[in-house]
Amino acid sequence: MKLKFITGISLLLIVLAASCQSDEQMEFNRYYSGGSVIYLAHCQNCHGEKGEGLQALIPPLTDAAYLKNNKTSLACYVKNGLKGKITISSRTFEGEMPAADDLSPIEIAKVLTFVTNSFGNKTGLINLQQVQANLEKCH
Amino acid sequence: MKKLIGALVIILFYSACKSNKTPSALPILGNREPVTKTVDGKTITDTVYSTIPDFKFVNQYADTITGKSLDGKIYVADFFFTTCPSICPVMHRNMLKVYNEFKTDDNFRIISHTIDPKYDTVPVLKKYADKLGISGNTWWLLHGTKDETYQIAKNYLVSVQEKNPQGEYIHDGYFILVDKQKRIRGTYDGTDPAQVTKLIADIKVLKAEPDQVGAK
Ligand code: HEC
Repeated sequence: MKLKFITGISLLLIVLAASCQSDEQMEFNRYYSGGSVIYLAHCQNCHGEKGEGLQALIPPLTDAAYLKNNKTSLACYVKNGLKGKITISSRTFEGEMPAADDLSPIEIAKVLTFVTNSFGNKTGLINLQQVQANLEKCH
Repeated sequence: MKKLIGALVIILFYSACKSNKTPSALPILGNREPVTKTVDGKTITDTVYSTIPDFKFVNQYADTITGKSLDGKIYVADFFFTTCPSICPVMHRNMLKVYNEFKTDDNFRIISHTIDPKYDTVPVLKKYADKLGISGNTWWLLHGTKDETYQIAKNYLVSVQEKNPQGEYIHDGYFILVDKQKRIRGTYDGTDPAQVTKLIADIKVLKAEPDQVGAK
C-alpha cells in the first residue's frame, strides 16, 4: 500500500517535471526560432550565415566565453550599437556596429537567444524580462 | 519581396533558355550599333559595342588609376561604401572568393568604387582593405568625386537597368564583368553566393576566349 502510494507520487512528480521541462523547452524553442528569422534579417549580412564575421572588419559570434562574460550587456550592444576596441577569439576588432533601435525588447531577447545558442554557443534562454532589466542599465 | 520574385523570374528565364553545357563564349552586353564603313572600296557593316569610357580615380595606395591601368586586364567592378550596414559586407564576403581565386593573375583586377567619397577617404579605404585582408594590386578601392563615380556607374549599370528597370542599381550590389576590350560581359547579384560562383566560372570562360588571350 505504502509502496504503491510512493510509486504513485513519484510518477506524478516525474510527469510534472517532464511537462514543466517541456514548457521551458517550448519557450526556448519559440525564442530560438523567432530569433533565427530576426538574425537573418538584421545580423546575418554582417556577422555571416555561420556567425563567422568578416575578416578583421566584423567579429565572429563564436567566442562563447565573450558572450557568456558579457551576457547582461549584449542587449545594450544590439540596441545602442557597439564601437571601440574589443577582443574576440584572441583577435582585436575596432569597428562600429550600428544601433538596431528598430528592434523591440522581445525581438532582442529572441535574437540573443538564437545567437548565444548557435554557432557552437550554448548559453540557454535569454528572455524578455532579462532583456528589459539589462536595457535599464545601458550606459 | 518584389525583388525576390523578380530574381526568381530572371532565374527561371535564365535556366529555361540556358543549355546545360558550359558556354564557350560569354555574351556581349550593352548598347551596340551597326557602323558602315568603306574598306578597300567595299562597303562593310561592323557592329560596334559600347565600351567603358576612360576615367581617373585614386586607389587605396593613393595611386592614380585610369582606364589605361586596366588595359589588357579582365576586371570586375562594383560600388560600395565602407560604413554600409546592409549589403556591402555580404558583397565583399562574396568578392573575397573572386579575389582569392584570381589574386595571382596579373591580368585580372577588381575595382570597388566608393559612393561615399566624403567619408571614404584614401586612408579610410586603405584601412578597410587591410581589415578585409587584401593586399597587392589585385583589388583596388577607388576614390573619386561623387559626380565622377555616378557618371561611370551609369556606364557599368546600363545593362543591369535593362534587366531590372525598377532597381536602385548603384545600391543593389551588382558585380560587373568587363573584358580586355572594356566591353561588359556579365552582371551578377553580388549578394547571392550562387551568382558569384557563376561569375568565377564565367571569368574562366572569358579568359579562354581567343580575343581575350591575344589582347594586350
Ligand atoms: C553593419 C554590420 C553589423 C550588423 C548589421 C550587426 N553587427 Fe554586430 N557587430 C558589428 C561590428 C563591426 C561589431 C564590433 C564592434 C566593435 O569593434 O566594437 C559587432 C559586435 C557584435 C557583438 C559583440 C562581439 C562579438 O562578436 O560577440 C555581438 C554580440 C553582436 N555584434 C551581435 C549582433 C546581433 C545580434 C546583430 C543583429 C541584431 C548584429 N550584431 C548586427 C557589426 C554588425
